Amino acid sequence: MNNQRRNVLKTGVGATVLGALTAAGLITPGMALADWNKAAFEAKSMADTLKALGAATPVDSKDVQVTGPDIAENGAVVPVGVTSSLAGTTMVAILIDKNPNALAASFTLPAGTEANVQTRVKMGQTSNVYALVKADGKFYMATKEIKVTLGGCGG
Amino acid sequence: MPIPRRLKAAVMLTALAVAPVAALAAGDKMMDAINEYRELLADGNPSELVAAQGEELWKTPRGPKKASLEQCDLGLGPGVVKGASAQLPRFFKDTGKVQDLETRLMTCMETLQGIDPNKVINERWLKGERENMAALVAYVVTESNGVKVKVDTRHPAMKKMYELGKQTFYYRAGPMDFSCATCHGDQGKRIRMQELPDLRTHEGAIAGWGSWPAYRVSNGQFWTMQHRLNDCFRQQRTAEPIYGSDVTIALSVYLATKANGGKMVTPGIKR
Amino acid sequence: MAAKPMKIRASVKDGVTEVKALISHEMETGQRKDANGAIIPAWFITELSAMHNGKVVLSGEFGTAVSKNPYLAFKFKGGAAGDKVTLTWKDNKGETRTDEAAIG
Repeated sequence: MNNQRRNVLKTGVGATVLGALTAAGLITPGMALADWNKAAFEAKSMADTLKALGAATPVDSKDVQVTGPDIAENGAVVPVGVTSSLAGTTMVAILIDKNPNALAASFTLPAGTEANVQTRVKMGQTSNVYALVKADGKFYMATKEIKVTLGGCGG
Repeated sequence: MPIPRRLKAAVMLTALAVAPVAALAAGDKMMDAINEYRELLADGNPSELVAAQGEELWKTPRGPKKASLEQCDLGLGPGVVKGASAQLPRFFKDTGKVQDLETRLMTCMETLQGIDPNKVINERWLKGERENMAALVAYVVTESNGVKVKVDTRHPAMKKMYELGKQTFYYRAGPMDFSCATCHGDQGKRIRMQELPDLRTHEGAIAGWGSWPAYRVSNGQFWTMQHRLNDCFRQQRTAEPIYGSDVTIALSVYLATKANGGKMVTPGIKR
Repeated sequence: MAAKPMKIRASVKDGVTEVKALISHEMETGQRKDANGAIIPAWFITELSAMHNGKVVLSGEFGTAVSKNPYLAFKFKGGAAGDKVTLTWKDNKGETRTDEAAIG
């Protein structure tokens, strides 16, 4: 219930901002940018982040994988990605347990786009990295520990 | 923006270049994992972003003379960029000097564009004309990626520079009584998990010389060779040399000569 | 300061297009302090989207944990050599940039 309320709020605010930006000529309607999920990105813990993503209890799945090295020499740039072999995967996200905000990035995949997205993230310290996947309307998850020899958030 | 002090401390501990030293890595799972990390980073080196800006800058008419650098002679003839950085430093007849890539680019900026070299020399790292210099360097060295180092050491001025470079490499100075050789004159040395190439050897020299300039992931900055060498002096806790001064070129001549024949992997990507 | 260009590479093999992109952006977390101890404000890409033939092939949302000069790689079915792939991002200051590359 809480979730739903948040989603409604989010959509409301997002639409206003988008509208204002469009009016100001800052963005064009054709850009089709997603509506930034403030609640999810500003949540701190894994649990709160999952809740904000509407994925309170994802199921562990062997069909989902976190890709990345076992050790990152520098936490400022850690190559990570998500792959999923689950049919109907429409969303993938990368979460880092020990970061100040767990959610690093999320991607919406239209039909025809492979469930295989790679990026690079900052990690403050050694942590479990989670791949969250939405497939056929349900949430699945996988995890991998990545050790960091030099933290990447202190600057 | 000044680099935050804490970051500087981290950078200070990171020494010149890095390529896997086989003997060290043998059976060492940790090193294998770190090498996997380095390989993942190599595809998609953010130096490409800097190089793209440099290429644009190379072709853009600038300075009082409103000219581009497209007629710049880096040693292989006017406008030849491909492979140019692999044969630098070299002796240039027109200036009567041994020049490295950056001092040669300053000559081109001065003669072709009318840009005063002091605008680069007196600037801070990654600011103003020195930021432009870094972009130009990124572009030029990208055009020598995979090319073998081919430095012509025959000219007497080059021989003199080599000897000065060697002397500098072993010269102990500063409150810690460090020389370059203190960290880079032994086999198998490392600081934390960072191997320190033995720059006295060909293998060590190509690992170091051949993988700079580079993008440093620790600070997200692209560093030229002048920048890299300057930081060695700073880590030595001794006086930092003037940008483009003879001692910096001499060290480059020393390293490039040792690295002769090895393959350049430029720009590099460093932790 | 105007946003700097992206570097986009796209190649097609066996009917699948692979896109690799480097984006020039500070991705400042808002958690670092400058030399004077003042917090450096957050400045990061929040949304991005990739288009091919007028169709969205990927849309993404970033938090501050994405590295400086972000890297992104993904694959989609279809695409032919010469087709354009377009990438657009927007950051939390409202700045945007669009670049395109031809599939090779």
